[in-house]
Amino acid sequence: MPDQVLFGIEVVINGLMAGVLYALVALGFVLIFKASGIFNFAQGVMALFAAMTLVGIQDGQVPFSHLINAIFGTKIHHFGWEVHSILAILVTIVVMIVLAWAVQHFIFKHLVGQEPIILFMATIGLAYFLEGVADLMWGAEIKTLNVCLADGVCLPQGINGFLDATTFNWFGYGLFIDNLDISATIVAVILVAILVIFSQYTKQGRAMRAVADDHQAALSVGISLNYIWILVWSVAGFVALVAGIMWGAKSGVQFSLSLIALKALPVLMLGGFTSIPGAIIGGLIIGVGEKLFEFLVGSMIGGATENWFAYVLALLFLVFRPQGLFGERIIERV
Amino acid sequence: MINQPQPRTSTDDRVIGDVIMQMKDITLRFGGVVAISSISFDIREGEIRAIIGPNGAGKSSMLNVISGFYRPQEGEIWFRGRKRPAMKPYQVARQGIARTFQNIALFEGMSVLDNVMTGRLNHMNPNVFLQAIWKGKAEREEVENRERAERIIDFLEIQHIRKTPVSRLPYGLKKRVELARALVSEPSLLLLDEPMAGMNVEEKEDMSRFILDVNDEFGTTIALIEHDMGVVMDLSDRVVVMDYGKKIGDGIPDEVRSNQDVIDAYLGVSHD
Repeated sequence: MPDQVLFGIEVVINGLMAGVLYALVALGFVLIFKASGIFNFAQGVMALFAAMTLVGIQDGQVPFSHLINAIFGTKIHHFGWEVHSILAILVTIVVMIVLAWAVQHFIFKHLVGQEPIILFMATIGLAYFLEGVADLMWGAEIKTLNVCLADGVCLPQGINGFLDATTFNWFGYGLFIDNLDISATIVAVILVAILVIFSQYTKQGRAMRAVADDHQAALSVGISLNYIWILVWSVAGFVALVAGIMWGAKSGVQFSLSLIALKALPVLMLGGFTSIPGAIIGGLIIGVGEKLFEFLVGSMIGGATENWFAYVLALLFLVFRPQGLFGERIIERV
Repeated sequence: MINQPQPRTSTDDRVIGDVIMQMKDITLRFGGVVAISSISFDIREGEIRAIIGPNGAGKSSMLNVISGFYRPQEGEIWFRGRKRPAMKPYQVARQGIARTFQNIALFEGMSVLDNVMTGRLNHMNPNVFLQAIWKGKAEREEVENRERAERIIDFLEIQHIRKTPVSRLPYGLKKRVELARALVSEPSLLLLDEPMAGMNVEEKEDMSRFILDVNDEFGTTIALIEHDMGVVMDLSDRVVVMDYGKKIGDGIPDEVRSNQDVIDAYLGVSHD
C-alpha cells in the first residue's frame, strides 16, 4: 500500500510539472488575447521558431543556408563557431522582438477593427508561414537543445530523463523526479514573477493592462495602441522562447513542437482566455488530472487516456462554466 | 469680432488669457454626409467654452476632430500658436489635451484609483528596470503621481470609492471618475463630451459645480459639449452654437440666447 501511495505522489508531482509546461504555452495565448482580442493560433509555432533559432545560433548555423547554397552554388552550412547560451538567448530575444514588430506592421496594423474570426484566420496563416520560414532558415532535422547558463550549470536533458533524475528519500522509499521538470518549474515561477512585476509596477505594464481593458480609453490617456501591441507580441514571443527551450530540452527541437499549442487549448478553456493565474492553475489541473486519470483509471480502460483526457475535461467545463475558472464573467444584458 | 468674455460672477477673479486653440474652416465629411461644414472658432486660456446644438448638429464630431479621433478633410487646427499636423488620438493626449466620452470609456476592470493613475502615465519614467526595482527617480515620481491622483480624487469627492472596481459604480459616479482621470493629467485643454447626459437633476447640479470648481481652482481651460441649453448658459463664458454642421451663433451666453437663428434651431427640434 505505501508503495502505491508513494507512486501516486510521484504521479501528482510529475503531473504538476507537466502542467507547468502547458501553462507556459497557455500564458502566451492569454497575453495576446487580453491585449488585442486576437486568439493567436501561431503561439505554438512561435515556440518552435524561437527554439530553432536558439539552437541555430548556438551551433553557429548559417540561416537560410539551403537557399543561399541553391542560389549561389556555395556549400556553406556553418559559421564554424559556437555561441554561448546566454548570448544566444539574448540574440533570440531580439529576433522575437523583430518578429513581433513585423507581425504588427505587416499584418495586424491593417486588420484593426476587423471581426475576431478574420484576426484568427490571419494567425493561422501566420502559423504556417512561420513554420515555413523556420524550415527554410534552420532546416527540418531534429536537433538537441543544450542550454548552459555557465560552466557546468546546464539545463538537464529530458531525453536522458531516466538517468538524470533526482531521488528523494522519503520514509525509506525512493521518489524519482526528472531534473528537467524541476528546472522547468523554477524557470516558470521566475517568469511569472517577472511578468507580474512588469505589469503591475512599470509604465509599459500599466499601459498594457489599460489597452487590455478598453482601447478608446487607452487612446484618450495617450497610449499608442500600435506600440503596446508590438510590446505584447514581444512579451508573448519571449514566453514562447521559454516554453520552446523547456519543451525542446525535453523532447528535442522538432516540428511536432508546434502541436503543443493544441495542448494549451484545454488549459485555456479551463483557466479562461483572459486570466494569467487561470492559465497557470488550468495548466496544473490538466497536468495533474491527466496523469492521475491515467494512473487510476487508465489501466481499466486500456490506457492512452492522456491523449484525450484534457479535451474531455475542457468540454465539461464548456458546458458548465464557459468562461473558465477565472475568466471574466459573461453577463448578458437584455 | 471676437467678443471679450464677461466675468461670470462679480466675485470672479479668474484670468482669461490668450487664444490657446483655434479652429480654422474645419470641414468634416463622412462619404457624402457633411458633418461639419467650414466652422471656425477659438478657445481662450482659462475659459469655459461650450459647443451646443440640437442632436445631430455635429458637436461630438467637432470634439472628435479636436481630440484627433476624426481627421477633417479641410481646415487647420492651431494649438498654442502653432499649426497642428495630422495627429493620432494618443499624440493629441500627450500634447496636453484630455477628454471624456459621452458613453464613458473607463477601464472597467480596474479600481477607481488605478483608473485615475492611468491619467498620469505620460508623467511616468519610461525606464522599465528602474520602475521594476522601484528605485531612485522612479520611486519619487511614483509617490508624486500618487499624491496628485489622491488630490484630484479628494477634490471630486470620490475618496469613498477609491478601491472599488469601476464596473460596480453607478453611471453618475463613473462620469466623475472619468473626469478625474482626464484632470489628473494636468491638461492644458480639457474636453468634456456631454458631461451631464443621462443624469438626474441632482447629479447635473453636482457635475456643474465640479466643472466650475475645476476651472476656478486649477485654471483649467475647458471645452464642453451639451445639448441642454439651460445648463450651459449658467456654466460657460462663451458659447458656439451648431446646427446641421454649421455654426449659427458664437458669443457670450446672453448674446447667444437672444440670437434669432439659435432660437429657431432650438424651437425647430424637440428637446427635453
